[in-house]
Amino acid sequence: MALDNNTIKELLIAKFADKVSAFDEPWGLLTFEVTAGSAHELIHFLKDDATLRFNFMTDLCGAHFPENEKERQLSVIYHLHNWLDNVRVRVKVYLDGENPEVDSMVDLFSSANWQERETYDFYGIIFKNHPDLKRILNMDEMVSFPMRKEFPLEDQGRTDKDDRYFGRVPLNQNLN
Amino acid sequence: MSIATSDVIQKRYNELIKEKENEDGSELSILNLGPTHPATHGIFQNVLLMDGEKIVDAEQTVGYIHRAFEKIAENRPFYQITPLTDRMNYCSSPINNMGWWMTLEKLLGVEVPKRVQYMRVIVMELARITDHLICNSILGVDSGAFTGFLHIFQAREEVYEIYEEICGARLTTNMGRIGGWERDWSPAVWAKIHKFMETFPAKWEEFDQLLTRNTIFMNRCLHTGAISAEKAISYGFTGPNLRAAGVDYDIRKMNPYSSYEDFEFDVPVGTAGDTYDRYMVRQEEVRQSLRIIRQALEKMPEGPYHADVPDYYLPPKQEVYSSMEALIYHFKIVMGEIPVPVGEVYHCVEGGNGELGFYLVSNGSRVPYRLHFRRPCFIYYQAFTEMIKGGYLSDAILIMSSMNVIAGELDA
Repeated sequence: MALDNNTIKELLIAKFADKVSAFDEPWGLLTFEVTAGSAHELIHFLKDDATLRFNFMTDLCGAHFPENEKERQLSVIYHLHNWLDNVRVRVKVYLDGENPEVDSMVDLFSSANWQERETYDFYGIIFKNHPDLKRILNMDEMVSFPMRKEFPLEDQGRTDKDDRYFGRVPLNQNLN
Repeated sequence: MSIATSDVIQKRYNELIKEKENEDGSELSILNLGPTHPATHGIFQNVLLMDGEKIVDAEQTVGYIHRAFEKIAENRPFYQITPLTDRMNYCSSPINNMGWWMTLEKLLGVEVPKRVQYMRVIVMELARITDHLICNSILGVDSGAFTGFLHIFQAREEVYEIYEEICGARLTTNMGRIGGWERDWSPAVWAKIHKFMETFPAKWEEFDQLLTRNTIFMNRCLHTGAISAEKAISYGFTGPNLRAAGVDYDIRKMNPYSSYEDFEFDVPVGTAGDTYDRYMVRQEEVRQSLRIIRQALEKMPEGPYHADVPDYYLPPKQEVYSSMEALIYHFKIVMGEIPVPVGEVYHCVEGGNGELGFYLVSNGSRVPYRLHFRRPCFIYYQAFTEMIKGGYLSDAILIMSSMNVIAGELDA
């Protein structure tokens, strides 16, 4: 019998009760939340349970929601895939905006290593027990976490810059 | 990245050297391979700890051409993100383009006509051919066989001429629109595709004869850089590299998109997961791609070249000037007043080197709230250290080219 979303949902609720919540199926992909404390246990369960068998971590990434209440400002999103039944799930963990910490999944999936480093690099989310949590794409001297929403891109239409230094001066413009 | 990183690594290695020398008296050395080295195609740095010519340990540094695509994407309307996807795996940019359009169509609920889907299949398979062609011919160059590369690159040129005829660009294509194509394919496009289909298979077999059973090439490739299926899965391998390890995971079969279920093709798998198997899987995938294109050309249905979605597809210019409705739609699309559903969607396509995924979170505005690219290179390149440990330096170069690590995709 192929695994369907309801079976997964029932199994998870039976084991994790109120630690899992907000079940939804946007475009058929089972999506739910789990508390930061149980994330590692849940993904371990998804991977090793004889029925669930989610053997592949497709993707791991972060997201920032500055408008949420403080406990839910940062999030980590895991996409897992069961290749035997061809089912995917999306697991979300919401974290505290000031002190975001979640357990690392490197011991379960080696592929999480760099993806967690990338998420740390861009969002400043601390993955506990990660073997080597440091920046990966940005330079080591950087102090901010640039994918957070408080860092906007420069407005292309800003006028406070001296255009002469950027080669954007129309020919007939008075430079004084 | 910076000098600081290598300093840290070098300090650690210096300690390792001391320890090791105390143990058995052998001398270790540090070798900086990259960031810009003629033997690595792209900008990668590998600090290697060497025992003579053998690699004891390695540390990778990536990010030299990081361009913050995900951040830029959060500030661009949906249709302006396609040029960013071009620049990820630039050896097969049409696959990236089509993957992005399909993600958007999934979010917006756009039904694409069968003809468009078949045309997309053709262009994606052409892209796969060029991707594998580049990877395999460069693998030949790295093992000292330049001839095959020189011969087969003529064929890549022909594919780029097809792209040029379709969209005007060659490498970073930015093809297509939401719901289809910006214009119908001209007779010249079809003529070029047919000509390519006639001439290329023979060229490919000739290339195959130059390398596949070549003793030098086989000696260099067999049993180097092998990875087991179990480890490959744990490291998040997808695409030809995973199939070389013996796992038949292919998204075109597993979650067919763009009518791939209509075509008959096989998924080649290897057994050992070594450099030679990766080469062989790519060789065979090109033949399968040709098979798919042939079927698509035969079965090409009649119909429009774009979906009828005035909310997302720009009307023809003449109509904008002559009819009120077209003018309104044109204005709405350009000024970003199109309705976009709130939600999150994940869509993946089989890219040149694996599962290329797009995770898009939309909050109803004209720009993505969050867009994450699942870049196959970035995920499987972390296994490189483990694959080269214990091997020779010259093997490491071959392993890297056989993995088809594209710097643009690695760093995004």
